[in-house]
Amino acid sequence: MFGIETLGGTSQAAALVGLVFVEAMVLYVGYGVLESVLGPAVMKLLGGE
Amino acid sequence: MFELFGIPATMLVMFAGFGLLIGILFGFFGMGGSFLVTPALLVMGYPSRVAVGSGLAFVFGTSVIATLKHRDLGQVDYKLGVSMIIGTTVGLEVGKEIVLYLEELGLAGNIISITYVLLLGGIGAFVTYEALKGDSGGGVSHDVDEDAEIDADDIPEIAKKIQSYSLPPMLTLRGGIQVSLWMILAVAFATGLLSGFLGVGGGFIRMPALFYLIGVPVPIAVGTDLFEIMFSGGIGSFLYAQSGGVDLSIVAPLLAGSALGARVGSAATSIVDEDEIKIYFGLMLLLGALAVAVRQAGNYLGMGVLDYVSLALILGSALMVAGAVVYSALKSMRAGTTGTTPTAD
Repeated sequence: MFGIETLGGTSQAAALVGLVFVEAMVLYVGYGVLESVLGPAVMKLLGGE
Repeated sequence: MFELFGIPATMLVMFAGFGLLIGILFGFFGMGGSFLVTPALLVMGYPSRVAVGSGLAFVFGTSVIATLKHRDLGQVDYKLGVSMIIGTTVGLEVGKEIVLYLEELGLAGNIISITYVLLLGGIGAFVTYEALKGDSGGGVSHDVDEDAEIDADDIPEIAKKIQSYSLPPMLTLRGGIQVSLWMILAVAFATGLLSGFLGVGGGFIRMPALFYLIGVPVPIAVGTDLFEIMFSGGIGSFLYAQSGGVDLSIVAPLLAGSALGARVGSAATSIVDEDEIKIYFGLMLLLGALAVAVRQAGNYLGMGVLDYVSLALILGSALMVAGAVVYSALKSMRAGTTGTTPTAD
């Protein structure tokens, strides 16, 4: 997956951990933006206002 | 069948959904959610090294996100954290070697499962007991008080004993406490060993260990714990990835779901009283222990159907507690009331 199969054992391991790290950063930023944009509207909706 | 990056859509949805449940639990309780990943993967028939390695990679990703959230709280003792990382790394390596050795003998699944049953069952019984007793204790909350200062009366007796061993070099930690580096390394090694062996971040062991064994104030223990989990999770998943133990098709959707769930769970902490839910959390851990035990019994008796019972127990218990959190939050919002639980994550 993501073309990392061609790398050697140690490089592949480092690439895998790096990918998980990048995904975590992207998720943190992405969901943060989503929360700030949609959060108040969702809270209003769920709160029955 | 629809696939993304070679992964069937059904698997993506299933892992993302499971991640969402785990994220809600982690965001709300600050611990425990990732503890269900490795047993669930074992029950689903993944080899031990993949279950443990992918569990660690998931813990790494989750802790990166949690650490980003806590980076401004200033509650990390870096001197302690780096010392812990050294001891933990050695412990992780030894734990991994034990898993690989047991795998060669064909015993890894059994022994990891039994250890899980004992640990999950023990912690679950403790949390349930404390919840029934009505105390606020039980479990390891990541709720923090930035202004907390260390008080000699607050240091547990065992920690005082450990602090009394003045084997040089001595380290002065935040809060003014002095501890032998060797004691810190020993505690770090023990928690790293469990992390490497069980595929967990080790926070549920390390946080109380920092407080009860070393005497670190709770807020500093929480911050240092998160910092440490990021490294131990990263190093652990790297070590397992070298042996082909990290499966991105498991980790990526789990992380995507859990990051979203963690936001829902942490938002709920400001609305719902944690003590109301704690008994469900204890029961979930007990059901998790039962699930692993049922799977082991199924293997022993050659009854494949028990694997499904076990998986249903794990997913069902996570769903029950996450559902209780969301339901209570919605109920409180509709009633226009607010809880008192402070938010840490």
